[in-house]
Formats: sequence, C-alpha cells, structure tokens
Amino acid sequence: MAKDELMNYEQALAQFEVVIGLEVHVELNTKTKMFCGCKNEFGNEPNTNVCPICIGLPGSLPAVNKRAVESSISIGLALGCQIAPTGRFARKNYFYPDLAKNFQTSQYDEPIAFEGALEVEVPSGNKFNVLIERAHMEEDAGKLTHVGGATGRIQGAEYSLVDYNRAGVPLVEIVTKPVFGAGAEAPELAAAYVRSIRDIVRALNVSDARMERGNVRCDANVSLRPHGSEKLGTRTETKNVNSLRSIERAVRYEIQRQAAILAKGGSIIQETRHWHEDRGITSSGRPKSDADDYRYFPEPDLVPVQPSIEWIESLRAALPENPAERRRRLAADWGFSELEFRDVVNAGLLDQIEETVAAGAKPQSARKWWGGELARVANAEDKDVTELSITPAQVAELASLVEGGKINDRLAREVLTYVLAGEGSPAEVVAARGLEVVSDDGALIAAIDAALASQPDVLDAIREGRMQAAGAVIGAVMKAMKGSADAARVRELLIEKANA
Amino acid sequence: MSEITPDLVRHLAGLARILVTDEEVEKMTSQLSLIVDSVATVNKAVAGDIPATSHPIPMANVFREDVIEPSLSQAEALSGAPDSADGRFRVHAILDEE
Repeated sequence: MAKDELMNYEQALAQFEVVIGLEVHVELNTKTKMFCGCKNEFGNEPNTNVCPICIGLPGSLPAVNKRAVESSISIGLALGCQIAPTGRFARKNYFYPDLAKNFQTSQYDEPIAFEGALEVEVPSGNKFNVLIERAHMEEDAGKLTHVGGATGRIQGAEYSLVDYNRAGVPLVEIVTKPVFGAGAEAPELAAAYVRSIRDIVRALNVSDARMERGNVRCDANVSLRPHGSEKLGTRTETKNVNSLRSIERAVRYEIQRQAAILAKGGSIIQETRHWHEDRGITSSGRPKSDADDYRYFPEPDLVPVQPSIEWIESLRAALPENPAERRRRLAADWGFSELEFRDVVNAGLLDQIEETVAAGAKPQSARKWWGGELARVANAEDKDVTELSITPAQVAELASLVEGGKINDRLAREVLTYVLAGEGSPAEVVAARGLEVVSDDGALIAAIDAALASQPDVLDAIREGRMQAAGAVIGAVMKAMKGSADAARVRELLIEKANA
Repeated sequence: MSEITPDLVRHLAGLARILVTDEEVEKMTSQLSLIVDSVATVNKAVAGDIPATSHPIPMANVFREDVIEPSLSQAEALSGAPDSADGRFRVHAILDEE
C-alpha cells in the first residue's frame, strides 16, 4: 500500500475549511431481532440465532419488532427530531454475502425520525449545534471472516466464512447534516458527537452502547473546500472507526491527506476508505455506489409504520433527562474541578456517584472511592465498575465510617475487599472482623512507648519543633498495630508526651 | 424508446455479480429495452397526481412483540448451504470489501 502524502495539520487548516458528516449505527438491545424472533445476543456459537427469515430462505415473511420501533422513536425524540406520521421500509439491493437475502431491509425516503439537533461540547469547552438529518431503522448484516492469504487481509483471502447471528439485529442509523465551522476542532467534535450519541442511547437504555463490541459504529465523512467557497468539496467516507480515539485520528488523517492532494491541484475520489487502527492510516476501499445502484424500492412484505400521537407522546414522557443538561446540573452540584469532572464522565461514573451522594456521601468522597480503589479493582478484574458487587449505598456507608473516624483509609480498602467478596455491608464487615481503628489510648500509649524505646531522641526532636521526627514513631506504631491505629491520635499522644 | 445501453447492461450485470459475454450484452440490451418500454405504457394509464402504490391494502402497524422464538440449529441452518466450515457458511472471497 502506497504511503499517503500528508500536509501539516495547521497548514491544512490555514488553506481549507473542513466539513464533516457523521453516520452512526446504533445496535438496539431488544431481546429479539428486527424482523424475526431469533435472539439478539452477542458471542453465541455461529449460526445458532438464525431462522428462515434472517437467512433469507424462500417463502419466509418478516414481522416488525414493536420494541425496536419504540426504541427508534425514543432515539429520534431524544435528538429533537420530528417523528414521521407514516413511514415505510425499503429494500436496499446489493449482492454481498453478509446478508443472505441479497438486500438489506432499511428505510429510504421515509425515515422514522428527521430534522433534529444535538448540542455537542468538545474538550476545549466550545459547543457546537450538530443538525441531524434523519434517523432510520434497518437491520444489521452478518459477520464475515476472511480465511487464507499471508496477511489475513481480504486481498489475499481464499474464501470467507459467514455467521448470520448478527444478520437482522435491529439498527438505528443516525445521519447528520454537513457540519461546518469546527475548524481545527473537527476531529474532536466528531469524537464528542459519537460520545454524546452513545451517552444518549445508554441513558435511554435502548442499546448496550459498547463500542468495542460494535454496538455503536461510526462512518466519518470528511471533505475540504477553500475558505470562502460555497460549493462542498468531494467527500470520502471512512468506515471501521470503532473507538472515540480512532474517530478523532481518522478525521484528522483525512484532513491532512486530502489537503495534500488538493494543494497539488489534484482531486479527491469519492470513495469508501478503511481506517487501520494499528498503522493510523486510512486506505482506499470500494468506489462509493450511487444510491441508484441500490435500486431501493418499498418492501412489499411489510406494511407502513404509522405511530399514533398518543404512542409518540407516551414515549416522549418517558425520556430520561438529557445527558448534556444532566452533566451541567451535576457539575454545578458537586463542585469538582473541571478536570475531576471530566475524568468522572470519561470513566462513566456519573450514575454511581450521583447515587452515592444521594445515599449521604460527600461528592468528593464518592468520587474518591469510585474513581480510585473501585476503578482499580474493576480494571484488575477486567470488569465495568458497575459490575462490581457493591452498591452506591454501601460506598456511602464506607465513606461515613471513614469520616466518623471509625476506620482509616487503609482499613477502608481492606473493608472494601470483604464487601466485594460478599461478606456484607461495610459496617457489618467492620463489626464482624474487628477492623475498627484503635483509638483506645491505653493500647496506643503502650505501642508508642515500645517504639520510643528504640528511638529515644524523637521526643527531644519534637520539643525542638522538628515534627517530621514524629513520623518514624507513628509509622512504627502503625506497623506494630497492623495499620489499625488512629494515626491522628498517635500524633496527639506523642506531642502530649513530649510536652509533659 | 428506453435508454438501455450496452454499458448499462454491463453495469447491472456487475451489480448482480453476473458475468456476461458481449453476445449476451447485445441480446439483453434489446430485450431489456422491450421490457422497460412495455412497462412504460402503464404510465399512460395513470394521471400524474396518483401516487405510486406500494401496498394495495390500506393496513399499517402490524407488529410482533419482542419475544424470543426458537431458532434453527446450526446443522439445520447450514443444511442447505453449498459449502460450510467451522459452523459457518463458506463463500468465495470477494475482493472489493474488507
């Protein structure tokens, strides 16, 4: 593969205006597929969630999943779209083995939702109003594995294997209008937009929204035009960008690649490009088919979808708080620094912290436990932090035990281990295992005397105001008492002793 | 007359993944022209203000509840496949996509 010439990013922006457009596919988390009762489940044995409908056997007839339609309407409403009073499905005809029917059931000129908008904030704090052109329902395709060839790439493949478990899984495709004016922040905006969509569908609980599993996938359209030009440049559509980071990188790469071509008087080929995460480049795919080549026509086997006003309004009433508004509200309530808040959002801890605060913890302690020790444990066990067997109420209880002086941080971490192991609530673990800090002066004084026996100079040092000398004794006491000493009390007792 | 050209026939054959010889292209160009022209006579029978009909019966909102139904077994699913391997349908490698 020839290496693309790239223009320096700043130089590219100085010469050209960037226009992006984003197509996001969201896999819905319905129990069954879009048009048949096969399980919609990831990771099963190949071709076990298939039936005559989703493998396109002759004579089979599809039937629309009502829940998938509701999810699609909810997505449309959350994006501020209008919902079509009537809409049809259409056949998008193409011959490729990822669908056995030789067409994909989709929507064409009558999408279920259209003309919305989404406010998206980029890391600098700048906000962009991204206009949504449409959101339509369709089905996912099966998964191909290319076999043979030295590099495992399609060019060398000898044959392909097809698993249709994913064929027919409900998808909602959300398409933006061209986005102007993001300039140097176009790559960040693309990533932030996809993150916003992910947050929304997660808040709606209509998708598992796990990008690493392909639940949310993005195709990024990029074109350039000279500043001041009215006419849109030729665009490329980069596929296979399946993480927020790679979306950002792929858009940036296309800007630099196209700028280098245009600056030399060349022209951009309208085509699909593939993103290669490992090498950080895009490569040419197939030339983009004209819509005509798909020979769309209304799906004769499915009748139109005509959601009633009542149905739409009941779904609207059930919408959760808009994620952007919720973030603004929580940021104001919690008083975290911008960086702290961003970390919490990025780690997906808003729900946990909100519930922990509701259970009585201070926002900073809630952040500290979820973002610190619990995140570390989850990471070590390769789990999502929400999958840990501890509730926000238990974290709040732990925080209150620490703040009340019953346990110190070190003991709290130990208590957490037992709570996660299912031994009960933090208070129960402390009681059952006797993990309270020792603030009984008798025991502490005995330990201090023992420590002082080997470090007799410490008292003199404290009397002379050299408080750092106390550290060695406090450390020795903690060690002797296996970490359960109340360090603050040990310090007080030591000072009392020095000044006695 | 319709505008079916030999190039259009080749293009359509390409979309359908069908190999055609020059002889076949010639034959199909005239046959497709005839078919398209015949269908076009329908246009004479309807006024321009009549919308295209996709569903002759006025019916909408036929839905299925989101309830799991039994699927085929893997063996059943693959039983009609010309070729299979590792529980999957085996097909020719197709070169223009990844």
